[in-house]
Amino acid sequence: MTDITPSDARPTSRGTATEAVRRSLARRNRKQLVLQGFGIAAIILAISMLLILLTSIISTGYHAFTQTHIQLEVYVDPEEIPAEGLPRGGFDDVLAAAMGAHFPAVDLTDRAATRELTSILSNGAQFILRDKVVADPSLIGQTVTLKVPVSDAYDQLNKGLVQRDTAEQFRRVDDAAIARFDRLDELGLISTPLNTALITNADSRFPELAGLKGALIGSFWALLTCFLISFPLGIGAAIYLEEFAPKNRFSDFIEININNLAAVPSVVFGLLALAVFIGWFGLPRSAPFVGGLTLALMTMPTIIIATRAALKSVPPSIREAALGVGASKHQVVFQHVLPLAMPGILTGTIIGLAQALGETAPLLLIGMNAFITSAPGSPFDSATALPTQIFIWADSPERGFVSRTSAAILVLLTFLIMMNALAIFLRNRFERKW
Amino acid sequence: MDDLRQHLQVAGDEEVKISARNCQVFYGDTHAIKDVDVDILDKTVTAFIGPSGCGKSTFLRCLNRMNDTIDVARVEGEILMDGENIYDKKVDPVQLRAKVGMVFQKPNPFPKSIYDNVSYGPKIHGLARNKAELDEIVERSLRRAALWDEVKDRLQTPGTGLSGGQQQRLCIARAVATEPEVLLMDEPASALDPIATAQIEELIDELKQNYSVVIVTHSMQQAARVSQKTAFFHLGNLVEYDDTGTIFTNPQDPRTESYITGRIG
Amino acid sequence: MTLAPFVILLLAAAVGYAINIQAARAIRSNGVRLHSLEGFHGLFSLLLVIVPVLTLVLLWLALEGGVINRLLMASLPDGVLDGLDSGAVQLIGAEIRSIAGGRIFGTPEDWKLEAADRLIAYRQTSAWLLVIVVVLVSAALVFFARGKVAAEFRARQGVERITLGLMVFCAVVAIFTTIGIVAALTFETIKFFQLVPVTEFLFGTNWEPQIPIREDQIAAEGAFGAVPVFLGTIVIATVALVVAVPVGLLSAIYLNEFAPHAFRKVVKPILEVLAGVPTVVYGFFAILVVAPAIRQFGQSIGLDVASNTALAAGGVMGIMLIPFISSFADDALSAVPQSLRDGALALGATRGEMMMNVVFPAAIPGIVGGVLLAVSRAIGETMIVVMAAGLIARMTINPLDSVTAVTVQIVTLLIGDTAFDNPKTLAAFALGMMLFLATLVINVFALRIVRKYREIYD
Repeated sequence: MTDITPSDARPTSRGTATEAVRRSLARRNRKQLVLQGFGIAAIILAISMLLILLTSIISTGYHAFTQTHIQLEVYVDPEEIPAEGLPRGGFDDVLAAAMGAHFPAVDLTDRAATRELTSILSNGAQFILRDKVVADPSLIGQTVTLKVPVSDAYDQLNKGLVQRDTAEQFRRVDDAAIARFDRLDELGLISTPLNTALITNADSRFPELAGLKGALIGSFWALLTCFLISFPLGIGAAIYLEEFAPKNRFSDFIEININNLAAVPSVVFGLLALAVFIGWFGLPRSAPFVGGLTLALMTMPTIIIATRAALKSVPPSIREAALGVGASKHQVVFQHVLPLAMPGILTGTIIGLAQALGETAPLLLIGMNAFITSAPGSPFDSATALPTQIFIWADSPERGFVSRTSAAILVLLTFLIMMNALAIFLRNRFERKW
Repeated sequence: MDDLRQHLQVAGDEEVKISARNCQVFYGDTHAIKDVDVDILDKTVTAFIGPSGCGKSTFLRCLNRMNDTIDVARVEGEILMDGENIYDKKVDPVQLRAKVGMVFQKPNPFPKSIYDNVSYGPKIHGLARNKAELDEIVERSLRRAALWDEVKDRLQTPGTGLSGGQQQRLCIARAVATEPEVLLMDEPASALDPIATAQIEELIDELKQNYSVVIVTHSMQQAARVSQKTAFFHLGNLVEYDDTGTIFTNPQDPRTESYITGRIG
Repeated sequence: MTLAPFVILLLAAAVGYAINIQAARAIRSNGVRLHSLEGFHGLFSLLLVIVPVLTLVLLWLALEGGVINRLLMASLPDGVLDGLDSGAVQLIGAEIRSIAGGRIFGTPEDWKLEAADRLIAYRQTSAWLLVIVVVLVSAALVFFARGKVAAEFRARQGVERITLGLMVFCAVVAIFTTIGIVAALTFETIKFFQLVPVTEFLFGTNWEPQIPIREDQIAAEGAFGAVPVFLGTIVIATVALVVAVPVGLLSAIYLNEFAPHAFRKVVKPILEVLAGVPTVVYGFFAILVVAPAIRQFGQSIGLDVASNTALAAGGVMGIMLIPFISSFADDALSAVPQSLRDGALALGATRGEMMMNVVFPAAIPGIVGGVLLAVSRAIGETMIVVMAAGLIARMTINPLDSVTAVTVQIVTLLIGDTAFDNPKTLAAFALGMMLFLATLVINVFALRIVRKYREIYD
């Protein structure tokens, strides 16, 4: 390699420059590797957080998908439960007698001992029996086979969530209780079937009876209201802004407004709903309809933004072609552009609704966190929603609610995954590249 | 092809800086450059001409391995610089690019000050030991790019605030600041007005005293004005390579002749 | 009964549609050329009926409750409301309503039972009135629309004008929403500041809205110095950003420049999943896993850590914000033109140097916009802090302490009773006002930066 030529006035000659670059390379490549390492570490951190979140929820939540039940032969004693007294009657005494049959040593006149014995049964057991007898009074005087949930502490014991080797005073069930439970287990009376109550029951103060029916129906009504309001309004607004609005300050103002609304904290929408819908308009508290109304206001910006993007992606050649055959501007938009944009609009709408389904804070403010033990019959009845139910359960002190909270989260996440999968499917199936 | 080789050997009294042997470039399934052999001389301006899409820019980007940044691009054959294959595994493209500067079609100054634009290369390569040396490199590079007098009072203003021609000269200054041995220019004047173009061409003529300059141009007049050697590309083939004068007055290949006289292109 | 007006309305619209189409057909069968197709004549009638009548019905239903309530309260015997504050009056109203609904608790006074009967009567009258009004107005409109049908009538333009009007209405709903938010917050906030001085709220350092524990407290209901609440929000948001910004930016840099194509394609959606998880789930995650973990770690190095630390709430919030920042940063980095990258590479920069010295600085405006939006999210985020942060306001910046936040206070003050004139409830609206203003300023600023940035490289 030839070096400095006479005309070359450069102090750093070719050779030394190359040499300097070569020397610095190792250090510089190391720096780049460090940067890449940090990048990968950041990604691993984020993903592992997601994994920890999911595993913790799944590992606590799967317990709630089964529920320990006990099978009892109950003699519906006409003396305790006279037919004319229904729906009142000594259902708990009848159940105590049925339990006592397995423990002859227990004196059923001793109230404390009886209470200890029946503590295995869920508090709801007597109501299950009552509903059964009320539905069919001919059962009085007969022996019915009843399968009822056990109470939370024994459910935990059966699922191994109560460690038998911890000292007795730190356990929620003492040694005698464990012995009784084990005896019932030996008799083959204990079973752990699928917890259908999680879906078919509404909320309850007792974990073993608490279910999501009310919350699911409440969420359904709220989401339906949200969709019926935000979908037409959002599409209308988007079509106006994208296709018809003149470029003036009014349109700009609406546009800025929508962008800002999309970023307003959700709790502020709750305040709006509380003051305006409930305070001024006098709409009922805790009603899914009001929740849906609030969610609609929050979802609208999302739908507008998605719709405008979808409309924008329809190429001008389609519009020109329609205009060319003498269609009016409205006909072009409603008969050509809008149908072509529909897949994109639907995708955006579903994603918006999925967000609305997980939204909690505004629903808390309008009272959808009430304790309601029956499913709502209409959108105007008091109800909870899935996310607020999760909040209520997460706040409950009973141990059994931990796994139920996780289970409810899993149900919520399942719905979200299904909605997002639907959105992705729609996008892949119908979206065309122009 | 044989007489082309002979011709090159005859002309070989000057030093060969870069030589390509059987160079092939593929973009995915497209065979963009076919079997190109060429020797590029030191301290000479070599022009690549040809109709658009003929592969001249692609070949230029092979010379400093800028094609590496495109996932689907693949280069075969040999490109030797000072006798060393630049596609050899042990060659670091970073080191190569410090040695082979490049100026792009559209001026692309960094959104930083003029000073930072020029000093960037020397800084990352560690060519200056202190601020004074760096200042010196910046001034020398800007002078070499014939920009110093216009910007010396506003070195700290953004490079993006300059006019198009000034921006392009700033990019040239930036490229020469790292003390390269070869300067690749991809249609450096195509985005500029005639006056700025004239300044750039003048500059190229001066740069050849220190560098081997390779310029891609779609303007035959420009090739004739600034270059000593000209290569004519057509459909991915190097059709003809000779002294500029010979190419423009006495082309050997009928395709070259049709292009020169305006029948293809 | 509530459905009746809607049914009548739909029937009237259908009838109008049919009549107009018939009329238009008749004209055409006489050999006259119509300006607009029959369908448009029908649609004209349909829209002309539905739009005004539906508005009327909805307005009626929205205002009915308030009007009836006024009438009811005015009709109560003299004297029963004397000396009661508005909370007690509201309670009486609620009791009467529940009696009217058939739910009687205890033995209410006779005048309450009478009032309940009156309430039922009012409601029935209102429902009947509404039905009558709907019938009359619909009939008039159908008749009017029928009168319009003529060969030269521009039914299509009429229909298009109405649809355009509807679309403008849809767009204006966004403005109404904003107005609603501002109005609701302003009214309640003004009421609050009539009870508690502004200076006390903005500069006071003692926040005890629940329990009046000392004699000297301002407003007998508690103390409303919001500074510690604001401070708590700032501490939690800072923790969140300390987690989210570096992790988000580094992963964006890696994904944008270094990641193999396939890796990027897999990892990006996984990160997006983090953004799709509802915040209530994050809240539960914080109390189930993160808070105990931090506590345990603190104990293992001999620190006594509260169970609801700012660190747990902020850390989990940071996880939630990672995808937000990383996708914003990724977009901003991608917007930097290839020519700048080429320029750096051609000078012999390594890809790392190109990223850190050229691309990243060029993308900073866009990234700052994204980070600001994340800040506004962090201070407005509710569920995570409600579940994982504390309730007691403390003047501390120690992230290992339990602190409260603006959104926590809003929710806890409003869960439960909602009499609109006690300072406790109103304080929530004042806090909401502060939250709204702060996020509004940040959002406007951030959106402007982002928009400007996009314009540079478009």
